[in-house]
Parts: sequence; structure tokens; C-alpha cells
Amino acid sequence: MKELAAGAAFLGQRLIQAMLVMLAILIIAFAVRSALGDPLREIMGEAVPEAERAKLAQELGLDAPWPVQLARYLGNAATGDLGTSYVYKRPTAEVIIAKFPASFELVLGASLIVLLLSVPAGIYCAVRPDAFGARLILSLSVLGISVPVFLTGIFLITIFSVWLGWLPAFGRGDTVDLGFWETGLLTRDGLAHLILPALTLSSIMLPLFIRLVRGAMLDELGHDYVRTARAKGARPLRVWLSHALRNALLPLVAVGGLQVGTLIAYTLLTETVFQWPGMGFLFLEAVTRADVPLITTYLVFVGLLFVITNTLVDILSLMLDPRISLEGTR
Amino acid sequence: MSAEAVRSNSRSILAYAAEHPGATLAAIVFGIIAVMAAFAPLIAPQNPFDLASFDLLDAELPPIWLEGSDPRFLLGTDSQGRDLFSAILYGTRISLMVGILAVVIQAAIGVPLGLWAGYAGGRVDSAVTRMADIQLSLSTLMMAIIVMALFRAGLGGETLSRYAVPLLVIVIGLAEWPFFARTARAATQVEAAKDYVRAGRALGASSFAIVHRHILPNISSPLIVVATTQVAGAIMAEAALSFLGLGMPVTKPSLGTLIRSGYDLMFAGAWWVTILPGLVLIGLLISVNVLGDALRDALNPRLVRR
Repeated sequence: MKELAAGAAFLGQRLIQAMLVMLAILIIAFAVRSALGDPLREIMGEAVPEAERAKLAQELGLDAPWPVQLARYLGNAATGDLGTSYVYKRPTAEVIIAKFPASFELVLGASLIVLLLSVPAGIYCAVRPDAFGARLILSLSVLGISVPVFLTGIFLITIFSVWLGWLPAFGRGDTVDLGFWETGLLTRDGLAHLILPALTLSSIMLPLFIRLVRGAMLDELGHDYVRTARAKGARPLRVWLSHALRNALLPLVAVGGLQVGTLIAYTLLTETVFQWPGMGFLFLEAVTRADVPLITTYLVFVGLLFVITNTLVDILSLMLDPRISLEGTR
Repeated sequence: MSAEAVRSNSRSILAYAAEHPGATLAAIVFGIIAVMAAFAPLIAPQNPFDLASFDLLDAELPPIWLEGSDPRFLLGTDSQGRDLFSAILYGTRISLMVGILAVVIQAAIGVPLGLWAGYAGGRVDSAVTRMADIQLSLSTLMMAIIVMALFRAGLGGETLSRYAVPLLVIVIGLAEWPFFARTARAATQVEAAKDYVRAGRALGASSFAIVHRHILPNISSPLIVVATTQVAGAIMAEAALSFLGLGMPVTKPSLGTLIRSGYDLMFAGAWWVTILPGLVLIGLLISVNVLGDALRDALNPRLVRR
């Protein structure tokens, strides 16, 4: 019971921390908006007579001191209202959420590839460090780290789209609208469009994860419990998978989770190469058109993703680490 | 240096080269790229920044080994008739310059903080470590993209392009100082416990003198290794920003900008405008990374080679 209370306290503390970080991000977003944006443009569009602007500014309370405006911004944000896009003339949160499925499916595809390849490859490199295959994998992963993700994408497009003509190079292809989610995973065309972008995005994460799995496994394989399990006659595969890998998962989750910012940046680059209509692509478009409300809303969303993953990683680490496990749940 | 010493020195370099073919190849590739970039104004047949010297009639010519090429343009031309060979030389120069200057800033912030934290310990140490952790938990590439995007949205593309070099150097430089701070801190902690430091203190040397005149030279090898890998990272970050249109402008292209502006032409068949600068960028990054690995192995006496 005591442990459960400790767990709850930890959870509460993490949630409060997460809220504070979000508050800080919203304040930064507000500062950027005030510095770069013109709220009247949101409502009236360009080219409005000066006198009319002043009148409207007063009516809307835009001449109020900044703490009042900040309070109003935070109040609106709490209800999900983060402003109106200059270009789309719709609430920015709505515009960005509509693009979320595209980015999510891209990341999902890439994560599946990373997961399916990095775990076996990492284990192999850890248990057979001197094998030719292991050396080859590690050398290739140095190469993988050295090639910028946008160039991987460009090379893949050159080979598979331009020269061979096997796979499409741009966009998401046919999608199915499920009402709340526009998916490309249910059509052949949509899946074909996903292959190259997902491969590209996975190429940059793969070397890192292979090294992570390998490092974590090497650490675990040196421990006494592995030797004990071997001595007891457990088969190697069982030792690797059900003993060592399980303990190796902890650092994997911790380090992997902290990479979320980097993952968002790489997704943005991949979306640019493949003109993938996701959040990153939308953001860059907003930057070229100086759509300030959309830009700041994107910042808030990235911050939110960052905070959510970090909180989840903390909670997952708590659950995976046997030393701080909650009594009775195991 | 005596003739004997020179001879033995050069023999040991050759022996090292024979033992490490990968590192040697990387050193040669990097040397060629760096020298050509440094002497770009002397080597390049055209000034790629001088828009008036291009002729649209020369646009999209292929490299000389392909049909329909023009002997004046070794690697072909881009959509404006710019000589790609000259553009790549100057572009590499910009990429290297931004990368190295950014790392100088990283070191200028990180090394003093790390030295101080490692030597003073206590509260200073935990404050610096905490700052470094926070900075690292924010993805540096993402931060750089956001900051450059805000500058671009606030200043407009025109103004941004005028200040692109200093902005990129500062943004990439500020983002990754913790790598230097961590390395300097760890190495300083080891050095601070040694006799020469205690002797210096006993003789009445100031902390400042001990740290800068005595500890700093002794921790230079790990710092050099960090600097090498950081240069690769900074070059990659600059290329990524320029590829997104948030870095160097088309009028003063880096390798990333060249890749971006050539990308539209790829589907029209002019693949070389994108692929050739891309290959140079990859060659540069791989050679710097391999050199960094080799330096780490060579400078680390504790490492036993298998």
C-alpha cells in the first residue's frame, strides 16, 4: 500500500511538472505572437483603413496591457482556442489536428521498421560481436549516421521513383476518411506512398537504435544472472530474449523517449522531401507565408508532444524498473 | 627537430596509415575537400555569387561525361546557368565555415563552463550539469529549426538572407555547448586530483592560472575528439536548415541550399544538380566522422585495440 501511495505521489508530481512546462511554452508562444503577429489581420484580412483598425483594436481589447492579453490568451488556450490562421481562415488547432494523422502514420511506419530491424540486429551484434555480419551492421550504421535524412530520401526517390518507376515519390496517395481520422493505411495506393517516406525516416533512427539495443544487451549479458541462467542450462535464445532483453528495455525506453524532439525534426525533413501533407510540411508552409498564429500553434503542439512523451517515458520507466516496482502488481 | 626525429616521425605516420586504411582514406578525402574549398576563389572557373555572369542559355547542362554537355562546365549547370563545379566549391566553403565557426562558439561556451564546474565542484558543478541536461533534452535540430523559422517569419526572407551566416553560426553554436562542457568537466575532475595541480596550489598559483595554464592543455585531446564530431554535426545541421529554406539563401548557396534548389529539377531529368552536391556533403560528413572515431582511438591510451 505504501508503495502504491508513493507511485501516486510520483505520478501527481510528474503531472504538475508537465503542466508547468506547458504553461511556459504557452507564454513563449504568446510572446512570439505579440512580437510577430498582427491580430487584426486574423479577423479582417489585409488592407484595412487605419481609423477602422484603431477602433476595432479598442473594441477587442487589443490595446489592453499585456498581462491582460496574456491572461486572455491562456484562457482561450485552455478551451482549445489558439487563434485563427491567416491563410486558412480557420482555427489553427483545427488546421493542425487535421494534418496529424498523416504525420502519425509516417512515424508509425518508420517506428515499425526500426523496431522490427533494430532489436534482432542489436541482439545479434551483442551476442556475436566478432561475426562478420555484426561488424558489417556496425560499419553500415556509421554510414547511416553520416547521411542526412533528406539525402537518403532524395536517393531513394532517384532510384525507386525516377529510375525504376516502382514507387510513388510524392504525397499520401488515396486516403480513406474515417470521420475523425484520414488514413492512408487502408488503400493499396496509400500504402505504396508510405513505403519510401517511412524507409527514409527509419534510416536515421535505425543506426541509433541498433547501437542502443546492442549497448544495453552487452551491459546485461555481463551480469551474474545471465551466467546463472546459462549455468542452469537455459537455452541461449531464452536467456537473450526473456532475461537480458527485458532488462535492456529500460534504458531503451528512456533514451528512445528522449529522442522525440529529434524525431519531430527528422519527420519535418522527411515530409519536406516527399511533400507529405503532415504537420511539419504545414509548419514550413506557414513560415513562408508568415502565418504567425499557425506557427505559434505548431510550437504549442510540438511542446505538448514533447511533454506527453517525456511524462510517459517517466511512468514507463517506473513500471519497467523492478527496483521501483509497485508491490502486488507483479 | 633533428633529421633522425623527422624520419622516425614520418615512418610512424606511414605505419599508422597502413594499419588504419579507413582513417587514412578519410583523411585524404577530407584534405582534398577542405583544400579545394579553402582555395575556391582560385580554382573555381566562375564566381557563383555573381548572378550577372550567368547565361540562361547555359541552364541545365549535364556534367561533361554525359551527352549534350559543354566543356566549359565540368559538372554541368543549374537552372540559372550557374557552373555547378564552382557552386559546389563555394558551397562547401560556406558549409565548412559555418560548421567550424559554430563549433568554435560551442567550445567557447562549453569549455570554460566545464572547466569551472569540474574544478570548483559543489554548487557550480550541479548548476552547470543541470543546465547542460536541460539544453540537451531539447532536441538541438528542432530548436534550430524553430528559431530560424521564427527569424524568417519575423524578418522576412530578404533580411534573413543577409544575416544568414552569423545567425546560423550563433543558433547552431548555442545549441550544442553541453557536449564540450560535459567532456571538459569529466576530464578536469580527473586532472584536478593529480599532484601537479596540488603542487601548483601549494606554490600559491591562482585557480584561474591552474585551470587555464595547467589543466586546459592536459585535457585538450578529448576536447579535440569532441570538436571533430561536433563539426560533422554542425555541418549536417546547417545543411538540414538550408534544405528546409531556413538557412543560406539561393544567392549565396551552401551545399544544403544547392541540394534544395536542384531538387525541383530532378524530375525534369537534371539529377546532377541535386545528387552531386549531395555526394560531396556525404563525403565530407563521413570523412569527418571517421576521422573523429580514429582520433578518439588514437588519443585514448586506455583503449586496447582488439
